[in-house]
Amino acid sequence: MSERYTFGGSLASITCHAWNKDRSQIALSPNNNEIHIYSRERNDWKLSDVLNQHDLRVMGIDWAKNTNRIVSCAADRNAYVWSQADDGKWKPTLVLLRINRAATCVKWSPAENKFAVGSGARLISVCYFESENDWWVSKHIKKPIRSTVTSLDWHPNNVLLVAGSTDYKVRVFSAYIKDIEDQPSPTPWGNRMPLGNLMAEFKNSTNSGGGWINDVNFSADGNKICWIGHDSCINVADATNGNAFVRCKTQYLPFLSCVWISPVSIVVAGHSCVPLVYTLVDNLKLVLTAKLDKSQKKESSGISAMRIFQSLDRNLRTENSDTNVDSIHQNAITCIRLYAGEKENGKKISTSGVDGQLVIWDIDNGLNNSMNNLKI
Amino acid sequence: MAATLKPYLTAVRHSLTAAMCLQDFPSQVVERHNKPEVEVCSSKELVLTPVVISRNERERVLIEPSINSVRVSIAVKQADEIEKILCHKFTRFMMRRAESFIILRRKPIDGYDISFLITNFHTEQMYKHKLVDFVISFMEEIDKEISEMKLAVNARARTCAEEFLKRF
Repeated sequence: MSERYTFGGSLASITCHAWNKDRSQIALSPNNNEIHIYSRERNDWKLSDVLNQHDLRVMGIDWAKNTNRIVSCAADRNAYVWSQADDGKWKPTLVLLRINRAATCVKWSPAENKFAVGSGARLISVCYFESENDWWVSKHIKKPIRSTVTSLDWHPNNVLLVAGSTDYKVRVFSAYIKDIEDQPSPTPWGNRMPLGNLMAEFKNSTNSGGGWINDVNFSADGNKICWIGHDSCINVADATNGNAFVRCKTQYLPFLSCVWISPVSIVVAGHSCVPLVYTLVDNLKLVLTAKLDKSQKKESSGISAMRIFQSLDRNLRTENSDTNVDSIHQNAITCIRLYAGEKENGKKISTSGVDGQLVIWDIDNGLNNSMNNLKI
Repeated sequence: MAATLKPYLTAVRHSLTAAMCLQDFPSQVVERHNKPEVEVCSSKELVLTPVVISRNERERVLIEPSINSVRVSIAVKQADEIEKILCHKFTRFMMRRAESFIILRRKPIDGYDISFLITNFHTEQMYKHKLVDFVISFMEEIDKEISEMKLAVNARARTCAEEFLKRF
């Protein structure tokens, strides 16, 4: 069960996308400096606004669902907070990130009073609104990040932040801003939380191999983090269990995005073009429980032997000259978002990728079916 | 000989498929730049371990992956002097027109005859599996092309010699 959409008739890849609260609008970047806002009209999408304030490729978009603000960051080192004016147009506010390299990822905090921007300057800017000056200012988390920050996620308590970077490490920081927040209550990750305090650090490299961190995600209760690296591994660390982590090597190409859909399940997707559901069993191991892409290998029409000889004759090869890949996405999936439900009970997810498609997947059906099969 | 070609090409194909998992990566050294990391080598954590796949001492492929680019260098079979000259002329012809080949590098890496540089911009515009197919079919073609040219050169030389020696 999946719905497929393309936007504006272009095949340009979608760098990232974000939904508004009721999923009637989507913000996406067609792999350039623009952000397009589409609104749903029955089964079609209508371009309602183009946000072009950035002058280099947009790297991250996030939509604050309750306060209805969009934050975007780009390779031009800037981030903007967009808020909707009375006429429905989006107005930008520049954020003072104080970074001198590309901003790579951005996420609103759960309370939507601050956001974090990861950057190529090997630091994270935690930004909040300073009402006396009427602008967004930032505080930096620098140590001990040694390379570009590729991904971020917020703990549900609005204070902790997990960041993955290309130095093969995942780190949990405190992003507590004392000017705007009350003292946070203790969590399994630690009790003392001044800004920039390193609460935990995980290495994604064993003696052999390892890889860049492509995405990180906090579970719904905030006690577990999941990260995926360029070594095709999925890892889950548990703070309530002394930061022990489970590592699962997969046979697929590296994953680029991950999200929790239940207290024990994760959806991952990446270069192998299919979203997969992995489930944590007894906190000991991760197992593949569902493949959301049910598309089968297409039957070639006509006699296959004849086709083989024809292609041998024409191309000197026995392979078929079919351009299509046997999956719904035709190229790497770069972004997964929850479409219906929350992290503890995800029902639908949306994925977008380099092939310029946006696909909405029904997790519920796929998962229940495969669970039934497991029991039998 | 042909029996070893297939496993060789299969190994290259699988290594390329794995190496070509590229993503956009703005430079973390120079602001507002976006350069293939395998070429600039500015941060060592962004470049992966290179792989050499060799069929014999002369025919081999070097794959150097990094976060946003992969460099594929091919050493072509050169059994004798004529093949060496032909290979040199042939690769030089193509590398002079590198822009029209999009993924071709203007200069080969030391010890190899021809190099390709595939960046994330290429994998965004083109299908990844077709890029892999292209490199594989290029490797098949270049061997064939060179042996065909060698035959043609030999045939021409024979006719020339015959014509020349008729006078005596």
